[in-house]
Amino acid sequence: MAEGDPLTIAAPEVAAGRAAGVRRRPHALARFVRRQPLGMAGLTLIVLQALIAIFASWVAPYNPVANDFGAMLQPPSGTHWFGTDAFGRDVLSRIIFGARTALLVGFGASLIGSTLGAMIGVASAYFGGKIDLFVQRLVDIMISFPIIILAMAIVAFIGTGAEKLVVAIALSFIPRVERVVRGSALAVRAMTYVEAAQAIGSGHWRIIFRHMAPNVAAPYLVMVTAFLGQAILLEASLSFLGLGVSEPTPAWGLMLRGAAVDFATRAPWMAIFPGLAITTTVLTFNVLGDALRDALDPRLRT
Amino acid sequence: MTEMMGRTRAVRTVLGLVAATVLAVGFLAAPTPAQQQPRRGGTLVYISTSQPPSFDGHRETTFAMLHPVKPHYNYLVKFDTQNYPKVVGDLAESWTASRDGMTYTFKIRSGVKFHDGSTLTSRDIKATYDKIIFPKEDQGVISIRKAMYHMVRVVEAPDPQTVVFRLKFATAGFVEKLASPFNFVYKADILERDPRFYERNVMGTGPFRFVEYVRGSHWVGRRFEDYWDRGKPYLDGYRVLFIASRSAMLAAIKSGQALVEFRGVSPAERDDIVGAVGDKVMVQSSPWQCNNTVAINTKKKPFDDARVRRALTLAIDRWGGSQALSQIAFIQPVGAMMRPGGDYDMPQAELLRLAGYSRNMTAARQQARQLLREAGVPEGFSFTLKNRDISMPYEAVGVYLVDQWRQIGLNVRHEQQEGGRYFADLRAGNYDLSVDFACDFIDDPDVQLQKFLSSDVSDLNYGGYVDRQLDGLYFRIGRTADKTERARLVHQFERRALDEQAYVIYVLWWQRIIPHWRTLRGYKTTTNHYVEPDLAEYWLAE
Amino acid sequence: MTRYALTRFALVVPTLLAVAVLIFVLVRVVPGDIVELRLVSGGSYVTAGVIEAERARLGLNKPLWDQFVEWMVGMFRLDLGRSMWSGESVAREIGIRLPLSLQLAVMATLIATVMAIPLGTIAAVQRGRWPDYVVQVFSVAGLSVPSFWLGILIILFLLNVFGYLPPLTFSPLLKDPGANLAQLIWPALAVGYRYSAVATRMTRSAVLEVLREDYIRTAWAKGLARRMILRRHALRNAMLPVITVIGLEFAFLIGGLVVTEQVFNLNGIGKLIVDAINQRDYTLIQGLMLLVATAYILVNVVIDLLYAALDPRISYG
Repeated sequence: MAEGDPLTIAAPEVAAGRAAGVRRRPHALARFVRRQPLGMAGLTLIVLQALIAIFASWVAPYNPVANDFGAMLQPPSGTHWFGTDAFGRDVLSRIIFGARTALLVGFGASLIGSTLGAMIGVASAYFGGKIDLFVQRLVDIMISFPIIILAMAIVAFIGTGAEKLVVAIALSFIPRVERVVRGSALAVRAMTYVEAAQAIGSGHWRIIFRHMAPNVAAPYLVMVTAFLGQAILLEASLSFLGLGVSEPTPAWGLMLRGAAVDFATRAPWMAIFPGLAITTTVLTFNVLGDALRDALDPRLRT
Repeated sequence: MTEMMGRTRAVRTVLGLVAATVLAVGFLAAPTPAQQQPRRGGTLVYISTSQPPSFDGHRETTFAMLHPVKPHYNYLVKFDTQNYPKVVGDLAESWTASRDGMTYTFKIRSGVKFHDGSTLTSRDIKATYDKIIFPKEDQGVISIRKAMYHMVRVVEAPDPQTVVFRLKFATAGFVEKLASPFNFVYKADILERDPRFYERNVMGTGPFRFVEYVRGSHWVGRRFEDYWDRGKPYLDGYRVLFIASRSAMLAAIKSGQALVEFRGVSPAERDDIVGAVGDKVMVQSSPWQCNNTVAINTKKKPFDDARVRRALTLAIDRWGGSQALSQIAFIQPVGAMMRPGGDYDMPQAELLRLAGYSRNMTAARQQARQLLREAGVPEGFSFTLKNRDISMPYEAVGVYLVDQWRQIGLNVRHEQQEGGRYFADLRAGNYDLSVDFACDFIDDPDVQLQKFLSSDVSDLNYGGYVDRQLDGLYFRIGRTADKTERARLVHQFERRALDEQAYVIYVLWWQRIIPHWRTLRGYKTTTNHYVEPDLAEYWLAE
Repeated sequence: MTRYALTRFALVVPTLLAVAVLIFVLVRVVPGDIVELRLVSGGSYVTAGVIEAERARLGLNKPLWDQFVEWMVGMFRLDLGRSMWSGESVAREIGIRLPLSLQLAVMATLIATVMAIPLGTIAAVQRGRWPDYVVQVFSVAGLSVPSFWLGILIILFLLNVFGYLPPLTFSPLLKDPGANLAQLIWPALAVGYRYSAVATRMTRSAVLEVLREDYIRTAWAKGLARRMILRRHALRNAMLPVITVIGLEFAFLIGGLVVTEQVFNLNGIGKLIVDAINQRDYTLIQGLMLLVATAYILVNVVIDLLYAALDPRISYG
């Protein structure tokens, strides 16, 4: 449910950040594989999904946008595994192609949002003073709106479409990421090696990139994965409100809107399969995110 | 109802399909409501999918205002919903038109009471129409339909039971225009005191008094015991539930919490209701005075080229679309610019000759490709079709068009826009092609063709073209009182706008589908959702 | 401590002011015109003159600065203005919807808390064993299901299996508790489930963290009863971050149930926000956004004060 706020996904960081400093060390992939079988399964599924999305034209049995009025609203069968929709389009093919939209929005929004948010967070923490104060007030304001409302406002402002949706969702993630990363960066900044670097006259950007950035990599990665699933849910919610991508682009959230609800009793497959696609995808992202968090957060390791 | 559809030449081909559905629903076996003795009593609960902005009919254009507010008022004359488009007297007992068609004299009923107990006179009617035709704009009074009555010179009330309209020139369909369902008759004294009183208050002579309105929730009215039409209304009262969500609306009807929604549902929604409730509901259907068109931005290349525009309209299989889309959306009749089945519709033989109305799609698509080649538009040419983000029926129309144009080698992007942005872009000419639409309560070329005049004449010409031939024809249509001659001019206008120049594309007209519980009696669908509901006529069976 | 609290509250004012300015500007930059939406969106022919006249009447043709000053002056008199769409006062428009949204938020919070705290604690104590995994899967699933889809499924299920439909209009809790709860319990469950997932995870990690603290180890060493240790020490100290999460979610629930309110046809703040944005009802959007921001900011202040009061490690000068 994309209405809940991803801020709370990252709550352990936020809450911990309130109470105490955060210490983390990056870890090797090998260790991750060994210790996080569930996470590894998630990762495999995601790679598989990405492959399906990339090779959708080969995998999908039908053209996802071609209307076939001879085959409207057909239940799942040998010819149409997941049935057809009101335009006679193959639901399975639309779900397969829909993975493109989902992954594009998911990865696009979470990577852009987390990266920009992390950069602003680190810079704000490093420079401190008035810059920090200004940025924090701005973040205060933005963070005080539920993320869906923030995204709705941005969509109203820049318009709809897959690329614009990426921007809208990314922008609404920024203040949340900023908050968390700044917390970690503040802790790093206080460490002696940063002071040492400053003392020997290293430039600002050099210190930020060489010394601070690697040390906030862990919360950054956790945020990216936490927001991946959230971005997909948010896209679905916006599409449901009519603010997402446009027909006939295959997209899961869009498939749940309008006709799917209209035909819910007569053609439930139209509502069930895209909903399942969203749920399982977000689930794999969340499982991976949890595994990553466990792996990267030394305090929670056994 | 069958008669109504039978008259619609355009839908004849798909009649079989509709009839099948209709038979399945079993409404042909329904008792004819008129034959039964109306029963008094009961509260009719119906749904409105959106809420009234203000309560002032003269200021609003939306059915969302009419559906809850209308039962509180009377009109001078009104459309008879049992015999649409016949106009009958409401507060007018009778009327006469002078031989030259320049003067209309109305006799007003006596003994009509307002809900506050005062008596209605011709003064109230004059004040009402003065507000509509000559609004005191300096006092912040706004009348949407001022332009519709531009032929009126003066409204007079020579005695308490007489109202006279004097015109500047003779015109056809004047009484129909007066019968606008938005022309609530207000009280002169109140308008004098506060011309904006009716925006937030209700006080009329109608069959029902106002009881309560809870925003976002419901509107309640109860019978006006002093109503002038003795014995009516039959209902004790009514309650409108405001339900924006389609699925919640369906659920409400299926569970019997509401009996009907008077705007219209989609075929899927109809099947859903019928499937759940069975023969306790009946379904009425009629062609709808609404359509989907495509505005073409003639200021953008290559759409400034009539050949390209013709190619675009040629490529659309309207007959096939009618058959297919009518199964999933409330669209169906194929027609030109005036409602198929209405007084001014284009005869089938003529219609088939318009670009894009032929039944031979292979030839039409070949011709379209040929035109595109001549105009230098390459295969795979890409443009954007903007559309409203409303699923029924806009989305179906958009998806269909994209697929149709794909078949002549055009690569069309469909962009569904949220309302505010959609209108802003249309208005600003910030689009290539955009799905547009129109709805009305009357078959009148003065009203419906207005939009397609030159852009320096019409405020709603989104295409940006200037065509004096169209302007000239329109002027003559407005001043022709003879209906046959008028229709001839209308068809000339249509050929120019749809075929020769193809300034605008008419895709399909809408088809109203109204499922309602059989306990609702006396209700008959019309061609539009504005003249309904006519609550004084309805009653509830036990 | 009192001084800290006062400063904290005083700081709310400039933030809200900044929110107000930002919203005022933003709503007007977004393309779209309330008058056009109102008059043309039904497909009617309306002249440009009429549209201009309506705009003038709503004060939309006045210079921006004048509009802003008017709004601000009104606000200092605690008058949020009138909705441009309905002409009703903004305070009243909000007042009609607030009881429903507040009640739904409270119900969802209760459901979430009742589920989350025991589940999270069990998962932490049983870390690495099957109860832990069950709880984790249950809560990850809660985070992964689109709310509106769950809502649609719930409605379909009730309707098709039991032939039951929750009431469609809101009855105040005190007037008709039966009808009220029958309407709100379903959305509260759908929302509460997701919400509980967040809170469960928070509880689990907070309890885990506390269990590793020295004093807990000491308690184990002293041989105190397991239940005693959990209740006396672990839970109490793990509560702060959990309260944070629950509080923040609560604040967001007041205006953030945009989609759920659509699905369940609830006449709440979220639906009002969607309508106001769709209709470009500037005054109403402004009022609503201030409400949403105020709710969040106040909850935050309260949480901060709780921290200050409860956590001995944090001291404020």
